[in-house]
Amino acid sequence: MNEQVVIEFQNFSFQYFSQAEPTLHHINLKIYRGEKILIVGPSGSGKSTLGHCLNGLIPFSYKGDMYGSLKINGAETRDQTIFELSKMVGTVLQDADGQFVGLTAGEDIAFALENDNIPTSVMHERVKRVAAMVDMQDLLGLPPFELSGGQKQRTSLAGVMIDDVDILLFDEPLANLDPATGKTAIEIINDIQKRSHKTVVIIEHRLEDVLHCNIDRVILVNDGRIIADLNPHELVSSTLLTENGIREPLYVTALKYAGVEVSSEMHPGHITTLKTDVSRKLLASWHNAIDVEIRENTNHTILKMENISFSYDGARPILDAINFDIRAGEMVSIVGRNGAGKSTLSKLLCGFEREDRGIIFYGRENIRGLSIKERAEIIGLVMQNPNQMISKPMIYDEVALGLRLRNFPEEQITLRVEKVLKICGLSPFKDWPISALSYGQKKRVTIASILVLEPKILILDEPTAGQDFRHYTEIMKFLVEINKFGVTIIMITHDMHLMLEYTPRAIVLSGGRIIADTAASVVLTDSRVIKEANLKETSLFQLAQMSGIEDGTRFVQGFIDYERRVKNR
Amino acid sequence: MNFKTKLFSYNTVDTPIHWLSGLTKLICFLLLTFAVMFSYDIRVIFAVMFFSVAILQLSKIRFSQIRLMVVYVLIFVVTNAVISFFFSPEEGVKIYGTRHVIVDLYGGYKLTWEQVFYQTTKFFKYLSVIPFGIIFLLTTNPSEFASSLNRIGVNYKAAFAVALTLRYFPDVQREYHVISQAQQARGLELSRKAKFIDRFKNSLLIVIPLIFSSLDRIELISNAMDLRGFSKNKTRTWYTSRGFAFGDYIALVISTLVLLGTIYISVFVNQGRFYNPFI
Repeated sequence: MNEQVVIEFQNFSFQYFSQAEPTLHHINLKIYRGEKILIVGPSGSGKSTLGHCLNGLIPFSYKGDMYGSLKINGAETRDQTIFELSKMVGTVLQDADGQFVGLTAGEDIAFALENDNIPTSVMHERVKRVAAMVDMQDLLGLPPFELSGGQKQRTSLAGVMIDDVDILLFDEPLANLDPATGKTAIEIINDIQKRSHKTVVIIEHRLEDVLHCNIDRVILVNDGRIIADLNPHELVSSTLLTENGIREPLYVTALKYAGVEVSSEMHPGHITTLKTDVSRKLLASWHNAIDVEIRENTNHTILKMENISFSYDGARPILDAINFDIRAGEMVSIVGRNGAGKSTLSKLLCGFEREDRGIIFYGRENIRGLSIKERAEIIGLVMQNPNQMISKPMIYDEVALGLRLRNFPEEQITLRVEKVLKICGLSPFKDWPISALSYGQKKRVTIASILVLEPKILILDEPTAGQDFRHYTEIMKFLVEINKFGVTIIMITHDMHLMLEYTPRAIVLSGGRIIADTAASVVLTDSRVIKEANLKETSLFQLAQMSGIEDGTRFVQGFIDYERRVKNR
Repeated sequence: MNFKTKLFSYNTVDTPIHWLSGLTKLICFLLLTFAVMFSYDIRVIFAVMFFSVAILQLSKIRFSQIRLMVVYVLIFVVTNAVISFFFSPEEGVKIYGTRHVIVDLYGGYKLTWEQVFYQTTKFFKYLSVIPFGIIFLLTTNPSEFASSLNRIGVNYKAAFAVALTLRYFPDVQREYHVISQAQQARGLELSRKAKFIDRFKNSLLIVIPLIFSSLDRIELISNAMDLRGFSKNKTRTWYTSRGFAFGDYIALVISTLVLLGTIYISVFVNQGRFYNPFI
């Protein structure tokens, strides 16, 4: 590798005007040409701020005080405009959909050239060339709603590469992608970097997913400081990850449970590089010592779909002959690629859309005749983004809204709201404005505002999307609590960890049909289902295979059971 | 249900009208509109109307696509006619200089042949322009529309805002739909069962979340645009803008001839903007 420094932070600090404390403290960091760097850190650690400093959004869009020095290609960034910086640093933001400015893929890729006054004919030529690099050359005429998540990501990537930048910066590229598409995204980045030798900086908190491909160095950031600057093997074998709220790869956790002392000599940075010869014995004996418990839910059926079919246009079925029943007190995930029919399923349950054929039963009652409002009293839906639900400035009013709209007497409202606030751990904030809450707390408020109607079933759409490990754990622990109160929980999710660890049962949809309805450990070790539903095999299964453990599914299930006992859930 | 918005969706059929560049269509639209607006000669107006309906046929626009727009336009034109009669019932008499009363109306209003003729002319004037507008909107890619606006001198930021609105309109519409359903689940009544004032208050319960989630979206878009150099220069080029082909020149020549024709008739035949059958 060429030892030319392209990015250099020297004693760099930054404080937003709106904040009392600096967000970044005395950052010292050198990044060399052609390196592939991962910046990890929990939410609020300053990792995104670091990214904004690189691409010029700080101080162009977000104002604040900068101290120390930050040089890109030898020039101080503070002396340059965001436009000059954008010629050196190309940024792919998270949410490939929201940043899609063009009406077609081709137009979106051309955006930077349009702004540079490149003649139209030259522009078409260059768009074609760059599109070919990311395999989009045949899709240039398509509008965003006809592109898949992965294709949008490729479009965004082409849109920054068209400027021939030196540095590619990815800000949480995995958010909102299904597991298989996320995996492909990491592979594309890897491939582009290999071919173009550009410097790549990835900001992400999902460490294991990024480590699917090679990374030269991982920078761990927390509280605005650089905690570690190590290669993946060293970092993963240290205790720094868990100490700083980053989830370590699952296979590493499994090794640690088995009593293996994980060291950098084992090359544990990526599952593919892991050397298992030393750990085999320990792993096998740990595995054999766990008795896999079969916990069957024998409660009565609370929700049943019988032969449900649905189509928006009468021609293309979105759901096709769906059958399942869910027992009271279960915790189930519904998984599948985007467009598989997951959200349509929840819309049918809530009565937002009506099934064309089939019957939905609540207990023994056919609920076809119930209105949206009546169904909400038995089946509550919590949307992904709390901002989509919150409509009152004060917490108390927000939670009380559903009851007030149903004309409950005020004294009864007080009673029920206070009870639900207590369950949700929000009692101390009762009189607070919602704007003062963190994202996780807002999520709780939205859950509380649904729970106040005392539904027996709760459907959550991506409850943990975009959350770091600490918030993820917090939200999920809370849902487990609610589940213990007897609420049946159905989660629509892309998060394989969530599905594996928290829901004993998973329903997998693909092309409007159920292709699997079984234990999460079975789903995530079945290569056919994984492929068809755009899921990703768990690294635990790979670990089992690499270590000569024959029954990989049992190994995964054993891991879940062991972990549940350790964490006492 | 389909979330793609119907009101603005342009259709991609292969017709001579679709081959024209957006700039050509915009200029032709302006020329023909000016021609019709300039002339109050009902013979000219009928001729142009015949022409515009023929073009509408040529561009293979189905009536189902434009039904809603046509209904709105008719409501507008009829209301306009009624109101202008009540505010100025003698306008036709003033213009044509004669007075032939047909019937006495309630409250001192008199209906004259001059007024009927004048208002009929005006009515068809509006109707003959509408097809041009519809053709322009439905056969022009919104980005090309934006680039055409820019090329006739509209500031590119304003022109781009038009394209961006069309890009995000379906998203916001979808979001509104989702929020509205979720709020209905919480007990929101949007049907006529609720009193008007309650319905108004209730609609705030959808609008507020919509605003907050749109603000997130706006921050993202504006960052994405800044990072790719939008507003860096005083001008910009457009991926979708097309060069002029033979057909474009023909369209421009035809439109110019129509305009010149109406001016010729006004100046040399009618000796004024009005055609007067009463003398």
